[in-house]
Amino acid sequence: MDQLLINSGFPILSALIFMPLAGALLLLFIKNESACRYFALVVTSIVALWSLRLLAGFDQTTSKFQFAEHHTWIESFNINYTLGVDGISILLILLTTIIMPFCVLASWSYIKTRIQAFMVCLLIMETAMIGVFAALDFVLFYILWEAMLIPMYLLIGIWGGPRKIYASVKFFLYTLTGSILLLVGILWLYTANNYSFFIPDMMWQDYSLTAQVYLFIAFFLAFAIKVPMFPFHTWLPAAHVEAPTAGSVILASILLKMGTYGFLRFALPITPEATILLAPYVLWLSIAGIIYGGFTALAQSDMKKLIAYSSVGHMGFVTLGIFVLNSDGVEGAILQMINHGVTTGALFLCVGMIYERTHSRELRLASGVGKYMPIFVTFLTFFSLSSFGFPGTNSFVGEFMILAGTFEFDIAQNNFPYLALAAFPGAVLAAAYMLRMLQKIIWGGTDNPDQSWISDLNVREIVTLAPFLLFVFWIGLGPQPFIDFMHTSVTDLLQHFHAHQEHVIAAAERIF
Amino acid sequence: MLFLPELSLLGAGLILFIFSLGSPSSEKMKAAAVSLASVTLIVSLLSINSEGSLFYDAYQVNFFTQLFKALIAFATLIVIIFCNRHDGIDEHVQSEYYLFMFMSVLGLMTLVSSVELIGIFISLELSSFAVYIMVPMRRNIGQTNNQNEAGIKYLLYGVVATGFMLFGMSYIFGLTGSTKLSVIATQIGHMYNQPVAIVGITLVLAGFFYKLALFPFHFWVPDVYEGAANETTAFIAVVPKLAAVAVLIRLVSLISGDGEVIVNVLMVCAVLSMLYGNLSALVQTDIKRLLGFSGISHAGFVLVGLLTFTVQSYATAFYYISGYVFMNLACFLVICTLSEKGKNVSIEDFTGLHKRSPILAITLTIGLFALAGIPPFVGFAGKFMLLLGALKQGHLLLVILAAFNTAIAIYYYLSIVRVTFCTDSEDRATITTGFTTKALSVLLILVIVIMGVIPSTFINLATTAVQTIIQ
Repeated sequence: MDQLLINSGFPILSALIFMPLAGALLLLFIKNESACRYFALVVTSIVALWSLRLLAGFDQTTSKFQFAEHHTWIESFNINYTLGVDGISILLILLTTIIMPFCVLASWSYIKTRIQAFMVCLLIMETAMIGVFAALDFVLFYILWEAMLIPMYLLIGIWGGPRKIYASVKFFLYTLTGSILLLVGILWLYTANNYSFFIPDMMWQDYSLTAQVYLFIAFFLAFAIKVPMFPFHTWLPAAHVEAPTAGSVILASILLKMGTYGFLRFALPITPEATILLAPYVLWLSIAGIIYGGFTALAQSDMKKLIAYSSVGHMGFVTLGIFVLNSDGVEGAILQMINHGVTTGALFLCVGMIYERTHSRELRLASGVGKYMPIFVTFLTFFSLSSFGFPGTNSFVGEFMILAGTFEFDIAQNNFPYLALAAFPGAVLAAAYMLRMLQKIIWGGTDNPDQSWISDLNVREIVTLAPFLLFVFWIGLGPQPFIDFMHTSVTDLLQHFHAHQEHVIAAAERIF
Repeated sequence: MLFLPELSLLGAGLILFIFSLGSPSSEKMKAAAVSLASVTLIVSLLSINSEGSLFYDAYQVNFFTQLFKALIAFATLIVIIFCNRHDGIDEHVQSEYYLFMFMSVLGLMTLVSSVELIGIFISLELSSFAVYIMVPMRRNIGQTNNQNEAGIKYLLYGVVATGFMLFGMSYIFGLTGSTKLSVIATQIGHMYNQPVAIVGITLVLAGFFYKLALFPFHFWVPDVYEGAANETTAFIAVVPKLAAVAVLIRLVSLISGDGEVIVNVLMVCAVLSMLYGNLSALVQTDIKRLLGFSGISHAGFVLVGLLTFTVQSYATAFYYISGYVFMNLACFLVICTLSEKGKNVSIEDFTGLHKRSPILAITLTIGLFALAGIPPFVGFAGKFMLLLGALKQGHLLLVILAAFNTAIAIYYYLSIVRVTFCTDSEDRATITTGFTTKALSVLLILVIVIMGVIPSTFINLATTAVQTIIQ
């Protein structure tokens, strides 16, 4: 319990988690459609503003869990309601709360049927997502992790595109199958840990290497499917393509981060030796994902698919950064998680706006709109630049740090930067597919369809996109405040990690 | 006073018998049945704290038995409320149908209280024979005329299972010289690894595995579920299982965990039950057959709770079966409301349900997600705690297999939800739901969610109950 800084005052985190849920319940009584929209917007905005309190009260000098709350929940099994945030989770919570109002805005005119139900699903999603990042009890974590599937399934299944049934079922089955072994792992940890589900207690224990490897595999399956890492990514393009805009944004910006968050929060601290043992394989899978995602994105004619595959590549960078296990890599990875949330979320919003006009996601049908939608293509250009890591934008900082970390790791391990060299083509590919898309959309060719009837962005759409642009440049030009948030926690994590290594090596030497 | 819930059922039976002499209308009958069932429920709730024993200690009344009785009465009331909305039961036998239902419930209630082998046998037979007759009472609707076949199948399998049970009882009596469970418990203590004791106990358990629809005594399930009227199936699917679990807790606690062979036998039954049920359910098109197979796999889960031989796991099994009752009732409520003229409902019939009747769609979805074991519903909390209990006793392999089974099960539950939500209603008619249906839906949803979110209250209740029969 000493890892918790209990917040004895007003329960800020609980309020954050339950506000959207309460909003969803109230929303059930609102019949008027436009009132539903405004109400959802107000609720998500209040949650976003409320989450700023975390920012204000966060102590950057400690790696302990702050704003912690601890209540008994199911006494007979020692299951508790424990919450807390540290440097790793705080930015992800903020990302979630800040993106949600824009998801509501993006659905303003996109969703035409059953608006009340749609907004209820969005709000329940928000509760579950914030909860996953804040939970410190493994059962609480697992419940929220699974409960999230239902609203997401409905979001894709009801308001999705033509192949929504295939996509939603695939999404559900894939993620659920992945987490089944996670459940067994959790139960095993419970019995191995003196019947406790308290996550910080499970970290840095001396589990046997065999147990750690099994646990790591259980973790890996659950989280790699969520990330998604190559070759577990096939649900992602289907889900992204069929989901409504808000669903795509939530998927790309937040759900995918849960996989990488899982690696940082569970795999590294609970199974450190297995992580060291298996990291090379994960690293090469990440490289495969980067290259594979890049090449596949290059061949897409469907804009959403293109961005979905680019996500596979970008998330490959994130896992690469995590598993090089040094501070540049891990900090870069967390920053890149935020960046990817901002940039890819914005790109999906852009595609959604085109879709509302042309009713197609085909690149061919959207080509040449630059002339008639100058504001739109300005936004699109900046987000695309950010997506392939152009200097001055947010992704540049993230990818730079990750590659620097990879270099460091390579030199220490192999004396030659195999991994870093293998990852570089990914960055080039990203530029290639993004510029290809930009070129098509802005100018197209001589066979452009007639786009003269298309109207440019309205005020609501500009308001939706502008904050994303702000973050693109803010993180791109002044990333230090963001890194400061995570620095203590990451340093502490890695220190523990390496100290644990030495301790294990020393123990091994004593035996032999 | 101790016998009050049973007496109220007997009285209800008498009243219904008088009704059956005339030819009352179907609405009148239903109103009578609902009020009689409510009386039973109220009486059961009032006598929940009574304690004592009757009939020369062959009949035990305590918190454990009374809690089960209250649950049985509650489930029966719910079934009767959504019973026979579309004349699924032959009009000529309406009053007899309710009469037999009450007799069956009477048998189940006495079963819960019996602590003596002959008493157990008689109660079991009373409850079973009444249901054997209820199955063929379905109205002839031309669609599936196999209610008679179902009735015969149910009867034959039931009689064989009872035969097994009697044979096993004779062994146990031969070994211990008594039919009282309390005497048997002390006598059998030092010989439960003897082959003859193992055979005896396993055979006695078989009789209740049949009621619970557990592999390898499940063969009646799909055909009976399909052949019986929707409301009869709802009754068979939930009420007898409650009583079966109550008796199984009693019987299994006789053995304790040292009987290795029996533990292994139970474990094999549990795993095969889950696998068989889930794999067969994958290919079903009739919703009742599907729920039947899913019930077989859930019986396997209940057994996981029983075979760990701790009070906590028994309590979890109790909690799980109560949760199962409500999840299943939620599904059957939708089936019975949706069914056209009492016909069987296929999965296709749910097409576009979210537009035709949102409340039914939500009830069905929550019921199915709960059955699938997705948080935050009661099914998840139950499965989670069962697996936890099994893992505490070191059954890692069992837990992994059970977890995989949950993953398989998701698929077929999800495919129903998919039809419900992700398809358009085409030209299917909207469904009007009355106040009672809506109220029942909301009630069941609330129970499923509350039991799932704050399980500790219910677990504590179940633990207290189980502790009254096991020290």
